[in-house]
Amino acid sequence: MANNQLKRVDIIFSPYSVAPYEILRLTMHKEKSDVINELIESGLRGRGGAGFPTGLKWKYLAAEQDSEKYIICNADEGEPGTFKDRKLLVEVPRKVFSGMAIAAYVTGAKIGFLYLRREYRNLIPQLNKELDIFNESAKKFGLDFKISIFSGSGAYVCGEETALIESMEGKRGEPRNKPPFPIQNGYLGKPTLVNNVETFASTSMICRIGADKYKALGTDDQHGSKLFSISGDSPKEGVHELELGMKISDFVEEFGDGDTKAVQIGGVAGFCIPRKQFETSIIGEGNTTGGATMIFNSTRSMYNVLHNYLDFFAEESCGQCTPCRVGTQQLLKGIEAVKSGKKPASYLDDLIKLSKTMQITSKCGLGQSVTNSFASIIENFREEMIY
Amino acid sequence: MLEISEIIQEKVAEHGRERKALLPILQSIVNLKNYIADKDMVQIAEALDISAADVYGTASFYSFLETEEKGKYVIRVCKSITCEMKGKHCVLKALEDTLKVKLGETTHDGLFSLEQANCLGLCDVGPAMLINEQPYTKLTPDSVHEIITEYRNKVK
Ligand SMILES: Cc1cc2nc3c(=O)[nH]c(=O)nc-3n(C[C@H](O)[C@H](O)[C@H](O)COP(=O)(O)O)c2cc1C
Ligand code: SF4
Repeated sequence: MANNQLKRVDIIFSPYSVAPYEILRLTMHKEKSDVINELIESGLRGRGGAGFPTGLKWKYLAAEQDSEKYIICNADEGEPGTFKDRKLLVEVPRKVFSGMAIAAYVTGAKIGFLYLRREYRNLIPQLNKELDIFNESAKKFGLDFKISIFSGSGAYVCGEETALIESMEGKRGEPRNKPPFPIQNGYLGKPTLVNNVETFASTSMICRIGADKYKALGTDDQHGSKLFSISGDSPKEGVHELELGMKISDFVEEFGDGDTKAVQIGGVAGFCIPRKQFETSIIGEGNTTGGATMIFNSTRSMYNVLHNYLDFFAEESCGQCTPCRVGTQQLLKGIEAVKSGKKPASYLDDLIKLSKTMQITSKCGLGQSVTNSFASIIENFREEMIY
Repeated sequence: MLEISEIIQEKVAEHGRERKALLPILQSIVNLKNYIADKDMVQIAEALDISAADVYGTASFYSFLETEEKGKYVIRVCKSITCEMKGKHCVLKALEDTLKVKLGETTHDGLFSLEQANCLGLCDVGPAMLINEQPYTKLTPDSVHEIITEYRNKVK
């Protein structure tokens, strides 16, 4: 359908340059500080959910004085509704490894890991073949940097960067207190850069097309393009690259099935936007940037949706801190009690308060973000929770 | 067939006699026989000079590191919301019917264990499941029967 607000882009899945790792070779002719400045200039923010400016993170790692530094690509992609990283690793792994290598070039790291979630283990043979080509090319270019795969073992919370590091160190995947951040004190206590798969792929594309061209995409507030994993009640499920800064109404017009009642933005850790807010909400503003968008039409029970989310949180909470461990279970039991009539409707307000308390008191993003979907679903679909 | 002690030796050679060798060791054992037995954990603990409780505590944290005996093929059906919307319940029912077990159980011949898993990252092609590490997508009750028959024929 004709739509002038929503713009498709084709950067990240564009064909490779002719020779393997040509972007890396060319970038290695540039000054390290110029590369970092270009990234800062591009406005690129992390694509793993937290949205930290990527160029700055690289600059901090470059400034660390340790001779031992690590580059980790976070391919733990466990957020329900997200599958863009898988597609990147299947279709353009070279761009991801290029990004990691450019990071190594500008920061002086010598060892890199691809932390690949266990569910994606069937991709390993293909990825190892590509890594052989990569390691060969890096050697040819005179870059002392090697990448290998670390396979996860099945735990959503290991996508959190410090839990990921704990797990690589052979421990339970329990998030650490921050600070210190991995940039100072990461894998084996050494300065460590953790970036998302899409972030690394984007950095290599910025090195290819230049910060100016990248920055020109999107709006004044949100620059660049981004991958969206679209699933649910949509005739166009799949991964789509779109310019940032679009209205949800435009998004729904393009991807909905004509009967969209709500859109979940940013996976289950994000927000559920009801139809009445489609006109006024912009994707990425106030809702997270992970890019998972699940579309629900009017036949769906939002109680079932919320129940499914809470079941997920309760199961994936690492259990380390009480607000999250007990809170997730109580929220689940709470909505069941209201639904069955054992508790009055006003109990929902107590539950929202509990979720806000979890936001303040939980140790990591898992417990802190439960309130996003919880409160937005209860506030907008209250009747469905009760009847 | 590789012995547990050989796996430990191999991984220690690769990663050093250090804690960071633990997950690669546990993963290799699961790849070999689908679960980690108590006595394996004791053996690993001795090799890495940590307590067996630590080994168990770590293994039990992760959903793919089984600490109880499982079938040769572990089936994990995705239970995230989008797979549910596309008919996960019918797929699960079809699996239970053809395998003659309930969710969480293993078939008598020791071939299949039926489990659920959180998001498998196959949301645009659901309902989805993994059999060991192989993904299967856009499942229907019919396709499920075919897939299981194929596996049964494979071991005959
Ligand atoms: C519970 C939880 C799960 C997370 N899962 C992922 C993940 O699967 N992939 C990812 O890249 N980041 C994930 N993150 C964010 C990471 O902690 C980290 O911010 C990110 O990898 C940094 O990379 P970026 O700056 O490129 O986004 C998760 C965070 C939390 C709190
Ligand atoms: S918030 Fe939840 S997942 Fe995060 S550390 Fe606490 S218990 Fe673990």
